[in-house]
Amino acid sequence: MWLTRPFSERSTRLFLGILLAALALVTLLNLAVPAGHPLHVSTYTVTLLGKYLSYALLAVAVDLVWGYLGILSLGHGAFFALGGYAMGMYLMRQIGDRGVYGDPVLPDFMVFLDWDSLPWYWLGFDMPWFAFPMVLLAPGLLALVFGFLAFRSRVTGVYLSIITQAMTFALMLAFFRNEMGFGGNNGLTDFRELLGFDLRSDATRLGLFLATGIALALGYVLCRAIVASKLGRVSVACRDAEARTRFLGYRVERFQLFVFVVSAMLAGVAGALYVPQVGIINPSEFSPIFSIEVVLWVALGGRATLYGAVIGALLVNYAKTVFTGVMPDAWLFALGGMFVLVTVFLPRGIAGLLGQRPRRRASHAQTSQPTAGESAA
Amino acid sequence: MRMLPRFLSGLLCLCLLLGLPLAAQAQDDPGQALLDPLDTASYADKGEAIEAIIASGDARSRRWLEALLGGKLQRHKDTGRFVVVVENRGRSWPVVDALSFEDAGEMSRRELDRIGINNALRGQLQGALAVLDLHADEVRERREAARALLGDVDASLAEPLRAVIDGEEDAEVRRLLEQALAIHRLEEGEAEAVDALAGSLNSRVRSALNAASRSEDPELAAAATSALADIEQKMKLNRGLETLYFGLSLGSVLVLAAIGLAITFGVMGVINMAHGELIMLGAYTTWAMQQLLPGQPGLALLLAIPAGFLVAALAGVAIERGVIQFLKGRPLETLLATFGVSLILQQLVRTVISPQNRTVVSPEWMSGSLMLNEGLSLTLNRLYVLGFALVVFAGLMLVMRRTRLGLEVRAVTQNRAMARAMGIRATRVDILTFALGAGVAGLAGVALSQLTNVGPNLGQSYIIDSFMVVVFGGVGNLWGTLVAGLSLGVINQVLEPWAGAVLAKIVVLVFIILFIQKRPRGLFPQKGRAAEG
Amino acid sequence: MSILRSLADRERVFDFLVPAQSPVDVRHGPILYLEDVSVSFDGFKAIDALDLTIDDGELRCIIGPNGAGKTTMMDIITGKTRPDSGSVWFGSRHDLLTLNEPEIASLGIGRKFQKPTVFEALTVFENLELAMAADKRVLPTLTARLTGEGRDRIEEVLATIGLVELRHGPAGILSHGQKQWLEIGMLLMQRPRLLLVDEPVAGMTEQEMERTAELLTGLAGKGKQSVVVVEHDMGFVRSIARTVTVLHQGSVLAEGSMDRVSNDPKVIEVYLGAEEEAA
Repeated sequence: MWLTRPFSERSTRLFLGILLAALALVTLLNLAVPAGHPLHVSTYTVTLLGKYLSYALLAVAVDLVWGYLGILSLGHGAFFALGGYAMGMYLMRQIGDRGVYGDPVLPDFMVFLDWDSLPWYWLGFDMPWFAFPMVLLAPGLLALVFGFLAFRSRVTGVYLSIITQAMTFALMLAFFRNEMGFGGNNGLTDFRELLGFDLRSDATRLGLFLATGIALALGYVLCRAIVASKLGRVSVACRDAEARTRFLGYRVERFQLFVFVVSAMLAGVAGALYVPQVGIINPSEFSPIFSIEVVLWVALGGRATLYGAVIGALLVNYAKTVFTGVMPDAWLFALGGMFVLVTVFLPRGIAGLLGQRPRRRASHAQTSQPTAGESAA
Repeated sequence: MRMLPRFLSGLLCLCLLLGLPLAAQAQDDPGQALLDPLDTASYADKGEAIEAIIASGDARSRRWLEALLGGKLQRHKDTGRFVVVVENRGRSWPVVDALSFEDAGEMSRRELDRIGINNALRGQLQGALAVLDLHADEVRERREAARALLGDVDASLAEPLRAVIDGEEDAEVRRLLEQALAIHRLEEGEAEAVDALAGSLNSRVRSALNAASRSEDPELAAAATSALADIEQKMKLNRGLETLYFGLSLGSVLVLAAIGLAITFGVMGVINMAHGELIMLGAYTTWAMQQLLPGQPGLALLLAIPAGFLVAALAGVAIERGVIQFLKGRPLETLLATFGVSLILQQLVRTVISPQNRTVVSPEWMSGSLMLNEGLSLTLNRLYVLGFALVVFAGLMLVMRRTRLGLEVRAVTQNRAMARAMGIRATRVDILTFALGAGVAGLAGVALSQLTNVGPNLGQSYIIDSFMVVVFGGVGNLWGTLVAGLSLGVINQVLEPWAGAVLAKIVVLVFIILFIQKRPRGLFPQKGRAAEG
Repeated sequence: MSILRSLADRERVFDFLVPAQSPVDVRHGPILYLEDVSVSFDGFKAIDALDLTIDDGELRCIIGPNGAGKTTMMDIITGKTRPDSGSVWFGSRHDLLTLNEPEIASLGIGRKFQKPTVFEALTVFENLELAMAADKRVLPTLTARLTGEGRDRIEEVLATIGLVELRHGPAGILSHGQKQWLEIGMLLMQRPRLLLVDEPVAGMTEQEMERTAELLTGLAGKGKQSVVVVEHDMGFVRSIARTVTVLHQGSVLAEGSMDRVSNDPKVIEVYLGAEEEAA
C-alpha cells in the first residue's frame, strides 16, 4: 500500500517520533506539573504551540507544491483562510442564540446588517458532517478550478506565482465586503463551542493542540507517501524539466493539478485547526503578505524536505512572537532580512545546513532546489 | 426696487465723487452717511437706505450688506458707532469697526443694537448682493455671480437683470444671465423660455425644466420634456467622457507604476517585488524636496523629478548589487529576496520618517480644473500626470530604441553569451537597466504624490496592479504595457459605477487571471522559437 | 475530484490504449509521412512546403545548415509546434496534427533533445523507470509498484546503454556522453516505433561517438524502431547512414545515399561547399 511506504524511511520515523514525543511532553507538563512550577506549560502556551503546529501543516502543504513540483504558490494563504472560514462558519452557527442579539439562527453581524435570513451558502454549516468536509472541499474546489485553468494553459514559474498572488488579493478584497456575508472586516469571532466542547476550557484547548499535532503527523505522512511514490518522482521530473516529462507521455498539467489540490486541502485543514485556537478568522489571512511569509518559512527550513518546512514554520513564528513582544518595530526588519539572507546565503535552508547526506544541485533550468533525494527504489 | 436701474446708471458719477474725500477722517467718511439711515424703525426706509448703499458703489458695500443680512451689523448704544460682530457667541463679542474694518476689541451684547431686517428686506439684500457681484471688474467673478443667479431670479430681480445684460460685454455672462431670466420666465409659464435653456447642463436649469415638464400647460410641458431629453443625451456623452478621462488617468498611473517593472521584469527577467517601494521612495523624495524648499511647492516638485529618479535609481543599484546579482537565473528566489527588501524599505520609512501619511502640497498651477463645458471639467493634476506618463513613456522608448544603452540591453536580453562575446559588459548593462527601471519607478512616485497620500504603504498598493499590467500587456513589450495600463484603467472606471470600486477591482483581477490562461504571453506576445524556451 | 476525472479520462484514452503495442498501421509502407508542411514565425518561413516520408524500420539521417528547419520539423512531429498548413501522418491511421504532445508520445514517437535533458535530481534507474511504458495517468502513477518484469526491462536497457554500474547514482553527475545515452535509454523504455534523435554526438569524444553509432544502428530495423537522426557531424552521418535527407531553407534539397547527396551540386553549394570553405 503506497500510504504505508513512508514508514520504511528512517527520516519519517525520526520525524514522527520527535513530534509525538513533543506532543506527549507538552501534555504531561500541562496536566501533571502544577501551575507555578517552572516546568509547567500553561494553557496559553499550549494554544500558542497549537497555532504554530497549524502553521507547520500549512508550510508542509506549501513545500509539497514548491519543493517537489516547483510551483511557487503565493496564494496558499487563500486555501488556509477558506478552510478557516468553513470552520468559522460552523463555529458561528454553534453560537446559536447566545450572541449579543440573541437571534437563534443569524450570526450577530447579519443581525447588525439587518439581514432577515441566512444566505444560501450558510445553510448546512450548523451540522458538522456538512461543515467539516467543506474544510477540504472549499479550498480543494478553488484549487481545482484555478489550477485547471492555469496548468492547462501551461502558466508556470513566476507567472503562476504572480497570478496566485492576484487570486488571494482578489479574495481578500471580496471578503472585506460586508455584502459577501462573511462578517466583512471583522470576520467571524466570538466562538463558543466545537462539537459541544467549550472552546474556553483548558481541556478543549489541549485537545485542539493534540488534534493539530496529529493532523500535522498525518499530513506529513501523506505528503511523504506522495513524494516517495512514482507520482512523487514524476513531480520532481515536472519541476526540473517540464517539457521532457511531457514527452515521456505524462500529462504534466494533471499531475500538477493533483498535487496542487491535495496541497490546497491540507492548507484548508491547517486553517480549520487554526481558527478555533486563535478564536477569530478575518480577511487578513488572505493578504498576499501572509502567503509569501509562509513561503519564507519553507525557504528557511529547507525546501523539498517537508521536515524543513515544519522547522521553518516553528522557528519563524516563535521568533515573531518573541520579537513582536520585545521590539515590535524591529520585526519587519528581521523578517525582510531573513528573506534576503536565506535566499542569498542559505538556498537549501536549515535542512541543508544539517546536511544529513551530501545533496547535489540540479544544474540546469532555473531551479536550484535541493533534490528530492529520498528514492524509494 | 423700481428705482434700482436709476441708481445703477448713476453708479459712475458716484464712483467719481467717491475718489475725492477718501483721505478724510472717520467722521467725514461718506460711509457713515450711508449707514446712518439704516438705523430706523421703518423697514421701508431701511429698504431705501440699502438701495442708497448699492448705488454708492462703495467698496465696502458688499461687506456691509452681508453683515446686515447675517444680523451682524450692529450699533453701539452709547457711542452710535457701527460695528460688525465677528462672532456672536458668549456674553461679549469680538467686533470690528464697520467703517475701517479694524479690530475694535470686544463689546458686551447689551451695549449693542442689532439693525433688524424682515423677510422682504432679506430678499432684497440677496438680490442686491447677487447683482453687486455682477459689477465686479474680473470677468471670472462676474461669471460666477451670474451662474449663482440661475434659479434664484424672482420678479423683483428680473428688471435690473435686463439692464445688466444690456450693459454686459462678456458673452458668457450674458448667456448665463439670459438663462437665469429664462428660468424665471419658465416659472411664469412662458414656453418660449425653453429655447434659451436648451442644451444647458446646469443642474438648476435641469430642475427648472423638470418642474416645467410636469406643468399643466401641455405646450410648455412638451417643450420642456424635449429640451430635457436633449440635455440628458449631452449629459450621457459627458459622463462617458468623464469616465474615459478618469479611466485614462488611472491608467496613466498604472502605466507609470508598471513601466519601470516592464523593464526590469520584461527585459531582464528579474522579478522585483520592491518595485512598489521604489515608487514610494520617489514620492517621499517629493515630500522631502518640499520640506527643503518651504513655500515653493512648484519648484520643489520640478526639482523632485530628477531627484526622485536619482534616489530610486541609486536604491535600485543597491538592490541589484546587494541582492539580485547573486540570484541570477533563479527568478523565484529573486522574487522572495526582493520582497524582503520591500519589507525592510517600508519599515525603514516608518522608523526614520513616520508611520503616518505625509501631505505633499500641489503647486497652484496644478490645482483647479479645466472646464470643458458646464458638466465636464478635468482636474488639472490628473491631466498633468497623464501628460507626464506619456512623456516618460516616450522618453523610455527613445532610450530603448535610439541609444547605445538600449541596443546593449536588447542584445544582452536576447543572447547574453553572444553579447558578452561581442564586448558588451553584461554586468554593467544589468546595473544600468536596473537603475533605469528603478528610476522610472521613482518618477512614478513623484507623480503619485500629487494624487494620493504619501505613506509607507504607498508602494504595496500598486505592486500587484503593476504586475498585472505587465503580464497583461505581454512581457518585454513596452507598447503592451502602455496599452494594457490605459485599458485596465478605463475598464476599471467603466465597471465602477455599477459594480462599486472594490468589486470592479476584483472583476478586473479575475479577468486578468482568466486572460493569462487564455493567452499566457499577454496581449502582445513575442513569437518564435526564442520565446518558447 | 481526481477520481471522477480519471474515470472520465478512462473513456477518452481508451481508443489508443497503452502504448506498448502501438496500433500504428504500417501495412501501407511509411511510418511517418509529412506532406506540404509550412510554418512561419513572425514572417520568417522556418518550414516551407516540406515533404518527407520515413519507412518502417528505417534509419534516416537529416542534415542541413543552421536554420534549415531541422529542429522545427521535430517540433512539428512531436506536437510542440503547430504548422500553418500541411498534414502529418503517423502510419496511415493517426493524424498527428489533431493530437497533443503526451498523446503523440504515447502513440510511440520518442524524441531525444539537442541538449541532453535528463532528470538530474533523480537516479539513472529512476529516469528509466519514469520513461517506462506504463499507465501514465495520475492515480495509477500514485499507486504504481515496480514489477519484476519492469525491473528486468530497466536492467536490460541499462545494459544496452552501458550504465549498469551508475544505476543508483543521480543523473546529474553523468558525463555529457552518458547523459546522451541515458536519454536514448529513456526513449527505448517507451518502446517507441519512431525515434527522433537531435544531434546525438554533439560534444562527444571519439570513443563515445563510436559507441553511439553502434547503439543507433543496433536500434533500427524491421519490426523494431525507425530512427531519424538530425546531425551536423558529417563523419558520424557517413558511419551510420543508409539514407540521407538534406534540408535547406525549410524544404528538402536532396535525398538518397550519402554518396549520392554528397555529389549533388546543389548540396555542395549550400552545405558541403560551405563546410569545406570553412575548413
